Amino acid sequence: MSATTAGSTAPAKAPKVETPLRRFILDFAESKLALGALIVFLAIVLVAVFAPWIAPQNPYDLAQLDIMDGRLEPGSVSDGTGMTYWLGTDDQGRDMLSGIMYGLRISLVVGAGSAIVAAFVGASLGMLAAYAGGRTDTVIMRLVDLQLSFPTILSALMILAFLGKGIMNVVIALIVVEWAYYARTVRGTALVERRREYIEAAQCLALPTRRIIFRHLLPNCMPPLIVVATIQIARAIALEATLSFLGLGVPITEPSLGLLIANGYEYMLSGKYWISFYPGIALLITIVSINLVGDHLRDVLNPRLKK
Amino acid sequence: MSATVAPSPAPAASMPGSDKMIEVVGVSRRFAKRLDFAGKILAKLGAPIREEVVHAVDKVDLTIRRGEVVGLVGESGCGKSTLGRMVAGILPPSDGSILWKGKDRTGLHGKEARAATLQAQMIFQDPMSSLNPRMKVADIIGEAPLFHGLTTRAGLPAYLDEQMRRAGLDPTFKSRYPHQFSGGQRQRIGIARALAVQPEFLVCDESVAALDVSIQAQILNLFMKLRRELNLTYLFISHDLGVVEHLSDRVVIMYLGRVVEEAPTETVFARANHPYTQSLLAAVPRIEARKKAFAVVRGEIPSPLNPPSGCHFHPRCPHAFDRCRVEIPALKEVAPGHRSRCHLNDLPNHGGQPV
Amino acid sequence: MEPSIPATAAPPTIQVRNLQTRFFTRAGVVPAVNDVSFNVGRGKVLGLVGESGSGKTVTGFSIMRLVDEPGRITGGEILFDGRDLVKASEEEMRQLRGNRIAMIFQDPMMTLNPVLRIDTQMIETMQAHTKISREDARQRARDTLGMVGIPSPDERLKAYPHQFSGGMRQRVAIAIALLHRPELIVADEPTTALDVTIQGQILAEVQKLAATTGTSIVWITHDLSVVAGLADDIAVMYAGEIAEYGAVSNVLDHPLHPYTHGLLGSVPSRNKRGEPLRQIPGTTPSLLSLPPGCPFQTRCPRAADVCRQVPPMAEILPAHEARCFRPHLENAEAA
Repeated sequence: MSATTAGSTAPAKAPKVETPLRRFILDFAESKLALGALIVFLAIVLVAVFAPWIAPQNPYDLAQLDIMDGRLEPGSVSDGTGMTYWLGTDDQGRDMLSGIMYGLRISLVVGAGSAIVAAFVGASLGMLAAYAGGRTDTVIMRLVDLQLSFPTILSALMILAFLGKGIMNVVIALIVVEWAYYARTVRGTALVERRREYIEAAQCLALPTRRIIFRHLLPNCMPPLIVVATIQIARAIALEATLSFLGLGVPITEPSLGLLIANGYEYMLSGKYWISFYPGIALLITIVSINLVGDHLRDVLNPRLKK
Repeated sequence: MSATVAPSPAPAASMPGSDKMIEVVGVSRRFAKRLDFAGKILAKLGAPIREEVVHAVDKVDLTIRRGEVVGLVGESGCGKSTLGRMVAGILPPSDGSILWKGKDRTGLHGKEARAATLQAQMIFQDPMSSLNPRMKVADIIGEAPLFHGLTTRAGLPAYLDEQMRRAGLDPTFKSRYPHQFSGGQRQRIGIARALAVQPEFLVCDESVAALDVSIQAQILNLFMKLRRELNLTYLFISHDLGVVEHLSDRVVIMYLGRVVEEAPTETVFARANHPYTQSLLAAVPRIEARKKAFAVVRGEIPSPLNPPSGCHFHPRCPHAFDRCRVEIPALKEVAPGHRSRCHLNDLPNHGGQPV
Repeated sequence: MEPSIPATAAPPTIQVRNLQTRFFTRAGVVPAVNDVSFNVGRGKVLGLVGESGSGKTVTGFSIMRLVDEPGRITGGEILFDGRDLVKASEEEMRQLRGNRIAMIFQDPMMTLNPVLRIDTQMIETMQAHTKISREDARQRARDTLGMVGIPSPDERLKAYPHQFSGGMRQRVAIAIALLHRPELIVADEPTTALDVTIQGQILAEVQKLAATTGTSIVWITHDLSVVAGLADDIAVMYAGEIAEYGAVSNVLDHPLHPYTHGLLGSVPSRNKRGEPLRQIPGTTPSLLSLPPGCPFQTRCPRAADVCRQVPPMAEILPAHEARCFRPHLENAEAA
């Protein structure tokens, strides 16, 4: 408690405004592990964003690939161009390092894109269910139950089998299998927050319902939503990798991490481990760092764990 | 009533009791726990589940006159908070009507309805959960007056300063967030928020229960000061008889959804008529009492889901007789302005005297 | 002075000497309990009174040695049956807790396990500390429930905690605390969440228990009127220190410390109806930024220059101590 003086009697001490955001940042920084994970994740994002400028090669440009350089070991030097393949090459002579950088781009766009759209759809439906109640609530929540009762991967496979391959279709499939998590989370939080006295106070002040939902209720439902979104981004990335690995995801010309792993799979046993191994490591680091951040966010944002 | 704004109180306060601010007529509120689809099937198959209905408030009549402070007392489950929320207009009654200055609230529309809502404000129990944790004090207090046009964006800072100062808050704290304040200051923010829409009537629901004794005294003093300055009318809901005794002109006592006694404050504390009121008064610990044996009312408070038949208090009442078990006593006048819901008053040679 | 049995007649059950508990937080070191000393004699009730943040609960938890990180007992001694609980090993404390020293919490569910029947919980508690047969244990459980005023204890033993009302749950929690006939009970606001009529019932039972079993009780509360009727002695805490300590009638009728004086004055029933209540100005200071000297000086109407030094706890009148340079002696002279 920083305000200790009575408003009526004592003069104000120079107030250093401790905004909720500022307090949140301080709380978050308490865990060195989560902070490290966040830095790693941000580095991954930077690499993905600036891949076209920092990658040694454009792995999608077939003209730059030299089939003669196929399946070279890490550290080999190209005979043709003279560039060094630090992480080796795949069967088409693609530089693995560049492939991973570009693959991260696709994985992150697919993961984050689907998570954001799913969050928007799910949060809206969840909020509607909580505020409207009754039949609307029942219909939405039974739909959620139905969605969640299917194994995620199975639903996604069915949707892709129906829609066909392509990045956009993967994103759609991920949205369809993920929105339900957000809807359930937001509805639960909104039902709790709705009964809080500040909502009653807002009603007493004759503020319109829409304003109460968007200005008062929604901002207070954000913390669990953020936590779920973080974890779901990691899940979406893993799911996209799985789908691509199974050959139902992104097209072969623009490989994501999952497809890179799949490409090297057949060479694993012949000792050419790097084709699958390095994309796998990149995927692992990405998902673990997001999950570490998400776990700690959950601790920081959970009011029950507040000191 | 055409203006959206309450007229600023006349300096010469009208006499309490001169006109009716709010009238609660035969109001009930039921909460039903309905069965969902699965529950209905299970019930059909013979599972021992059924729809549960709680009569939180059961046919209550209550009139509050302009300038009056009415204390509403009762233990948990008596329906005092539910009644308070209905009076404040944030919970619709299941039955009965609530008249605001003589007009049925459900019949009001548009500007009139909004004015009625704004003129009855509520001060809540929990100073933390009644403030939106993500808003600055300036927004918490200023949002509604700005929205309803009680002030302009240009006039807002001065308006806020006035509201905060009146509630005993330092206006320089405007840009802080609720968590940066102590409990008493948070309660002052809630009071400033209510006053900022220029209400005539405040419903205080256990507004000092969560505060320390020394802070409680400050807030009670603030309530009394505001009453004088703004000619406010109060419904003061509390479980604390000491607080109610100090503040109220008239006291209403509820037990399991019904009003059991209603009288001017002095009368209740000097000549309580209903056995429940008497046991309540006897159970209150007092500083003057040393090492005394605590007076004991037997039994527990029954669940409002399944209240006793007849008079709800009969299983705990030391004077209960057969009639109390079967017949609901009526709320009858035992002396001018003093009503009580007890069959003992019908007995010969009882004459409305305390039991 | 109250003619009741002085605390020195029999050796006290517990003696707390200069207890000091600190919390080491990100924002700094919080002196939650500072130089706290008191005795509780056999069969006596000490009311430990204070507002939120006064350190009353931390004092109770320190006696139980239940202070969690980042808190630590940093000084003083707690003498119980000839040993110092501050220095006792964790194993020794485990043996004492729930056996010879018991605690009752504001929320009875701190004691009760929601998924176990009452009889299971009570019998297991007994068998954890003593060799007792199941039958004897059940008999003792039944007797103890009867002792705290629970009707038809046989039926109640077979129930789960959720089947009880709040008041009944608190009675069961008290019964569990009483199972081993403890010499000391630390009760932390056990009736605060209860309704007035139920609180009255429990206070009456506790009063009987202290008188008949000889159990000593430390009753922690914010409510002066509860301890007025229950306790023998009162210790009023403010900002981690005991401001005033003495027999109930001494402290409540002739308060020496301006804080006690103000606190008593602000109780509504002690004021004329409808008139402004006497109030203590300001709010409780943060324990992180206490003024040097007396912590109450910023709110004290009697504060003077001398109050910038630390006032010692002094026996200003017989059996009546206060930590104040300028006590309300005129109150005492009127007595």
